[in-house]
Amino acid sequence: MTGITMGSKSTQHPFFISLFFLGIFLFAWHLATISPPFDPAGKTEEELLVLEFNGDIVRTNDGRYAWNPEKEKVKGVPGPITVFEKAWTELNEAFVIKGTNDHGIAFLVGYTVSRFSVGFMAASAVAILVGIVLGMNRMLFRALNPFIQILKPISPLAWMPLLLYTVKDPTWTAVLVVFMAAVWPTLATTAFGVNSLRKEYLQVAAILQLSWFKRLYKVILPGAAPTIVNGLRISFGSALVAVVPAEMLLGELGVGYLSWIEWNNLDIAGVIFAILVVGTVGVLLDSGFNKLAGLVTYRE
Amino acid sequence: MSFLSIDHLSKYFPSHSGNGTVCIFEDVTVKINKGEFVTVIGHSGCGKSTLLNIIAGLETPTEGGAILNGQEVTGPGLDRMVVFQSFALMPWMTVFENVALAVRSAYPTWSSQKIKAHVQKYITLVSLQGAETKKPAALSGGMKQRVGLARAFSIEPKVLLLDEPFAQIDALTRGVIQEELVQMWNATRNTVFMVTHDVDEAILLSDRIMLMTNGPSARIAEIVDVTIPRPRSRETIIEDEHYYKIRNHIIHFLVRHASHGQADESGDHTERSGPVEIHFRTQQTKPVEAALCGRP
Repeated sequence: MTGITMGSKSTQHPFFISLFFLGIFLFAWHLATISPPFDPAGKTEEELLVLEFNGDIVRTNDGRYAWNPEKEKVKGVPGPITVFEKAWTELNEAFVIKGTNDHGIAFLVGYTVSRFSVGFMAASAVAILVGIVLGMNRMLFRALNPFIQILKPISPLAWMPLLLYTVKDPTWTAVLVVFMAAVWPTLATTAFGVNSLRKEYLQVAAILQLSWFKRLYKVILPGAAPTIVNGLRISFGSALVAVVPAEMLLGELGVGYLSWIEWNNLDIAGVIFAILVVGTVGVLLDSGFNKLAGLVTYRE
Repeated sequence: MSFLSIDHLSKYFPSHSGNGTVCIFEDVTVKINKGEFVTVIGHSGCGKSTLLNIIAGLETPTEGGAILNGQEVTGPGLDRMVVFQSFALMPWMTVFENVALAVRSAYPTWSSQKIKAHVQKYITLVSLQGAETKKPAALSGGMKQRVGLARAFSIEPKVLLLDEPFAQIDALTRGVIQEELVQMWNATRNTVFMVTHDVDEAILLSDRIMLMTNGPSARIAEIVDVTIPRPRSRETIIEDEHYYKIRNHIIHFLVRHASHGQADESGDHTERSGPVEIHFRTQQTKPVEAALCGRP
């Protein structure tokens, strides 16, 4: 028996439908971003000369005028082909370090994933432990709940100046921003999950005279696990959202920083590529998380 | 000195209005011998489950106490295992793990082979062999409670506390499991304290049946001696001359007298200090009627 069963299983994978929609989207994107070929009609020789001098147009081999392909790249929103070319170059140089701030995409993904993982895991450990204590002790929970309620809605980025000032290290500040984003949902749901654990389970544990440690890892943790995992899932999302702007603001190398540096270079294709990388990293982390979640869920 | 005695036990809960208390039951005194099967029967809300929980040590009495083997009950312990109405199996553990958790706790010095053999023995006893690796969610209600029984019997407790153990099981399966419980009890002769509102179940299983009046301020009004010889089975028990007399007496009590606290119309027991004891004796020795006697 595996954990959760998800509705009815469809035997057909909607792969081709997905592909169809992707095709429509790419085509529409392409149509929306191509500029019409240069039309010299109605322009005087002098005007054409100024345009050529400015580098807007070039003379092709057959002696006619066309838009300058180099300038085309920085004009308007790039089309899918430009982005694909950019992605191809970046992926080919994925493991190349060109300079202090110019690391290959594989390194950037690695930095973000490790930054995210450290912050998220530390936050989860703290939140689960504190959550269990609060879930077991109703009085303590009610005493601390007002503080949790005030701290919870604060955007993790709002902490950043204070964290940067106190820890004086941008790398750890970014980790702590992830921590602040991830800690509250898990804390609140763990306390709830432990508190609403069926009392018969604890009664059985009491009759069997389980030590507090055995009670914790044989009964309380597995019993509250599905609720805790739900909290972790919410934390996971908010931490993933926080890591990108944290990197942008702190100038820490990572996929979030990639998006910002490409914007500074006015390389819009690079920005779009960075956005796609952020999405891909999110999917990878999320599927890893779901595997983990499947191990601890149970049916009543 | 009796094996398990419940001594002038009273339980009060704070009332909903906030001021004052509500008496659940008061001044309950019962003496249970070693190896005896005693059942408390009464309407919902009469506090019978609270009484069981106090013996289990899961709830504390307001007055009085429970004394097991000369020692007052102060908290839950391995010598008093509960079989819960809701089964209370850990849903994240397999059948084997559920029983093994109990066995490991009761016998911490045992080797893993010995624990495994012991668990297997009790799983076989409730005929669940083959289902060891299943999770409770994959079992029917009857099978779940078989696991509950295996877990309870496996730690060989001094007292087995059955809290409406078959209330959530369909009627047909219930009969089968009741019979299995009879067999297991015959083999072990544990001291059992059961709470139920199923009259037939009580008669089939019990040596004595305590009839509890309705709450609040419930008390044990009568103790019926089940004078039907063992071994009993559902098939043969109904042919016993006393079966319907006992059954009718209890149902009569539950339907008409539970709220007043008295089933017998004949005697005047207003001055009585404890429950009335009822014996249905055999035809040869005495006329067939309820022989009433006060508390010794």
